[in-house]
Amino acid sequence: MAAFTLAASGDHWFSALALGVTLLKCLLIPTYHSTDFEVHRNWLAITHSLPISQWYYEATSEWTLDYPPFFAWFEYALSHIAKYFDQEMLNIHNLNYFSSRTLLFQRFSVILTDALFFYAVHECCKCIDGKKTSKELTEKPKFILSVLLLWNFGLLIVDHIHFQYNGFLSGLMLLSIARLFQKRHMEGAFLFAVLLHFKHIYLYVAPAYGIYLLRSYCFTASKPDGTVRWDSFSFVRVISLGLIVFLVSALSLGPFIALNQMPQVFSRLFPFKRGLCHAYWAPNFWALYNALDKALSVIGLELKFLDPNQIPRASMTSGLVQQFQHTVLPSVSPLATLICTLIAILPSVFCLWFKPQGPRGFLRCLVLCALSSFMFGWHVHEKAILLAILPMSILSVEKAGDATIFLILTTTGHYSLFPLLFTAPELPIKILLMLLFTVYSISSLKTLFRKEKPLFNWMETVYLLGLGPLEVCCEFIFPLTSWKLKYPFIPLLLTSVYCAVGITYAWARLYVSVLTGCFVSKTKKQ
Amino acid sequence: MENWYWMTLVVLIGLTVRWTVSLNPYSGAGKPPMFGDYEAQRHWQEITFNLPVKDWYFNSSDNNLQYWGLDYPPLTAYHSLLCAYVAEFINPDWVALHTSRGYESQAHKLFMRTTVLVADLFIYIPAVLLYCYSLKEISPKRKMAVALCILLYPGLILIDYGHFQDIYNSVSLGFALWGVLGVSYDWDLLGSLAFCLALNYKQMELYHSLPFFCFLLGKCFKKVTFKIACTVLASFLLCWLPFFTEREHALQVLRRLFPVDRGLFEDKVANIWCSVNVFLKIKEILPRHIQLAISFCLTFLSLLPACIKLTLQPSSKGFRFTLVSCALSFFLFSFQVHEKSILLVSLPVCLVLNEIPFMSTWFLLVSTFSMLPLLLKDELLMPSVVTVMAFLVVCVTSFPLCESTSEEQLQLTPFAVSVRRRLPGFTFLPRIIQYLFLSSVITMVLLTILSVTLNPPQKLPDLFSVLVCSVSCINFIFFLVYFNIVIVWDSKNGRNRKKIK
Repeated sequence: MAAFTLAASGDHWFSALALGVTLLKCLLIPTYHSTDFEVHRNWLAITHSLPISQWYYEATSEWTLDYPPFFAWFEYALSHIAKYFDQEMLNIHNLNYFSSRTLLFQRFSVILTDALFFYAVHECCKCIDGKKTSKELTEKPKFILSVLLLWNFGLLIVDHIHFQYNGFLSGLMLLSIARLFQKRHMEGAFLFAVLLHFKHIYLYVAPAYGIYLLRSYCFTASKPDGTVRWDSFSFVRVISLGLIVFLVSALSLGPFIALNQMPQVFSRLFPFKRGLCHAYWAPNFWALYNALDKALSVIGLELKFLDPNQIPRASMTSGLVQQFQHTVLPSVSPLATLICTLIAILPSVFCLWFKPQGPRGFLRCLVLCALSSFMFGWHVHEKAILLAILPMSILSVEKAGDATIFLILTTTGHYSLFPLLFTAPELPIKILLMLLFTVYSISSLKTLFRKEKPLFNWMETVYLLGLGPLEVCCEFIFPLTSWKLKYPFIPLLLTSVYCAVGITYAWARLYVSVLTGCFVSKTKKQ
Repeated sequence: MENWYWMTLVVLIGLTVRWTVSLNPYSGAGKPPMFGDYEAQRHWQEITFNLPVKDWYFNSSDNNLQYWGLDYPPLTAYHSLLCAYVAEFINPDWVALHTSRGYESQAHKLFMRTTVLVADLFIYIPAVLLYCYSLKEISPKRKMAVALCILLYPGLILIDYGHFQDIYNSVSLGFALWGVLGVSYDWDLLGSLAFCLALNYKQMELYHSLPFFCFLLGKCFKKVTFKIACTVLASFLLCWLPFFTEREHALQVLRRLFPVDRGLFEDKVANIWCSVNVFLKIKEILPRHIQLAISFCLTFLSLLPACIKLTLQPSSKGFRFTLVSCALSFFLFSFQVHEKSILLVSLPVCLVLNEIPFMSTWFLLVSTFSMLPLLLKDELLMPSVVTVMAFLVVCVTSFPLCESTSEEQLQLTPFAVSVRRRLPGFTFLPRIIQYLFLSSVITMVLLTILSVTLNPPQKLPDLFSVLVCSVSCINFIFFLVYFNIVIVWDSKNGRNRKKIK
């Protein structure tokens, strides 16, 4: 639909790509959907049939509303279309209600709201410099970037199989990034503020936005060596930015402040009662930490350093329960993860402040923020990796070094999404789509940077190729072995630890490249 | 290197679409007592696995031929047997004699769908890739585009992965395609072997047999060879070996394969007989042997010009066009045609996609549309619409369809030139074809919308399916005329070119 309107602008190939992926999404309608399907149906029912004062109190279903108000309003708007499809899905007490019309409505709501994502991708493609543009269409960075974003494997399976609304939310983020690239800072800030009130997970990247807008927009000039000129501070700009953020927040949270419900809203938005890791460990630092703890405890038991009676029971079935108790290493509290995250984010933010490198520097900082929070955050979902992968795509088509990091990050990040789809009919789909995206991303970026040195060294090649045997072991061989009943968590554990290695590596490499870029250019100038 | 990765992407897209379509319901799902084609295939696995070869085609207490009796040639039976061994390994209940009738479960559906995908992956897809790879005088990108279009042809995907036809079309068509490949590139022995396999998998491949015969005969006039005859005989003998023990046995198999007593046509099919039947009840007016004679004569007459041409001037291009026109003649005029047999015409049309993209795309759309009543019955509306649109998008992006309607690109130049000798003002042909295309597409869209949204009047419950069939039939007749014109005038074109050179 959006594709048709874009067709008018003369980008024939872009509309073909968008239309193609839309049709693929339509084909995915009958696939498996997770409990998130019921979550969103329940939210439709809550917002449709209850007054606003009840939204954050309603608890008939266990899937209570835990997104910020704009998302609730979004569901409210959807529910007014939903009633023409099936009135029954809007009843709060119809728990786990399902009908084919409900399915069609919910799936199409995701597919159609992706129009915003298409538009954002279209805008992002305008921001890349096409200096070394090849004549061949399929070798143009623009074309490659639009395929990487539009046909992103993660978005396809998380949104259109697993069921979530990441498409239009990522669209908002990409659009605000594109606006910052186009020097339309106010619009970018506005879009990001709106996005924050749709889904608060984007708080992870807020530091990058805050510092960038302050440094490069509120200070209108820099000294020749790149440091800030304090006298160039523009009060008008700060106030207008502040006003925008304030107005958006007031619009979103205002009604709840008026109703005096803020503590309740916040307790829903930030549920710290959940465990350090999700049932399936997201492939981050804590997965490595848990695995190390596990290994140490096993070694300890073998060598009789530990007393078997003192080991908590739950840790024996780790990976299946939410609460993971560490046996050897110290347990981790939410505050500790918060401090770790802040420490991990700080260097990149400092870099953005002391050595601003335009919107590209900002984008790097944003990716680093997203990745660092993914690495050290409390109760991180594996899906949160998309937050880093999508903006990283823009960087990947501009520099060979970034392309390498992007490919490692995407391939491992996408592979770590595999446990989301555990049903047999979806097994071929996820493997085929993953291969499709991986083969395309690797070979197209290789073609794009063929004049430079090879993208991967032997270690990285071996690591990435290792994903193949890992998949075969986890999903084809393991279910046939006798360990399936005794240690059912092993495939998940292997997957998350293996992917954690790759993601940590990508994070470290990106950090090194940002920091060296920061210091080298500084010393050069001096 | 670069071509290699484009080819991988094309295959992956093809496979993804196939598998996603296969998640939809199949024919006869949960509809006892007869179920549908899906149950037929499962039943054959049960029969071939549990009964000795000599009982496969005979009615017995263990093999009720009224309940989806085996009515395809031996190779299909062997394939069923092979699948049955795998099924038995996974779950013996799936192929247990008698008790497994109407067996349905998620796991079994998954198994059946996988057998189709595996057969497709090993026979049809490699043939398509090799065919596109060996196309001459076009860029690698264009080759990949042709491959993608062929692999995304909705008709085959919907019938094999959605409807689940009792016979794996991808196997028979895949073998036929290997045959075409072999014969066109002068590996005649491989070609005739592959085609014999196709013929022994599905007797409807006879639709393609005449062009093969004529093409090989035409070649043999130049250099006499008996190897081909030997290959054909040997491969037939090998396939039929278990059935040659008794004369009666072989005859029974043949009787099962060509059920003449089932009538001129069944259900609604977009051929001449079904369309004429609207005005004139041929089935009741004429006795059966006259029906048979008429249909035989008409078929023979309609394919004669193309076949003679091919025998006299065998060329790879002429061969492919003759395949189209012969298969189409069979589909339109012959006895006992199924609506799904249009796939046998679609395959050769896919092969000329590169030469006449406009007409091929049009034909492939009509052919998918002609199966609409069947697809609606199986609740496959959504995947049908989506795959058709995907096919159209790919075709439009790969070939500039709108600009390829000139006489030259429609391969009609020699025809138009010869008409202009008599009728100098004859320059409006491309315009006419464009209008025809538009009206055809509009009719198809309207009819689809009508048959989905409206309930037919009670007196005429089959109104929409008859309309769909008649409209498709008119389109097909037009295509038959078009292809015959192209074939008959093609040689003159060749001579003209030689003169110019």
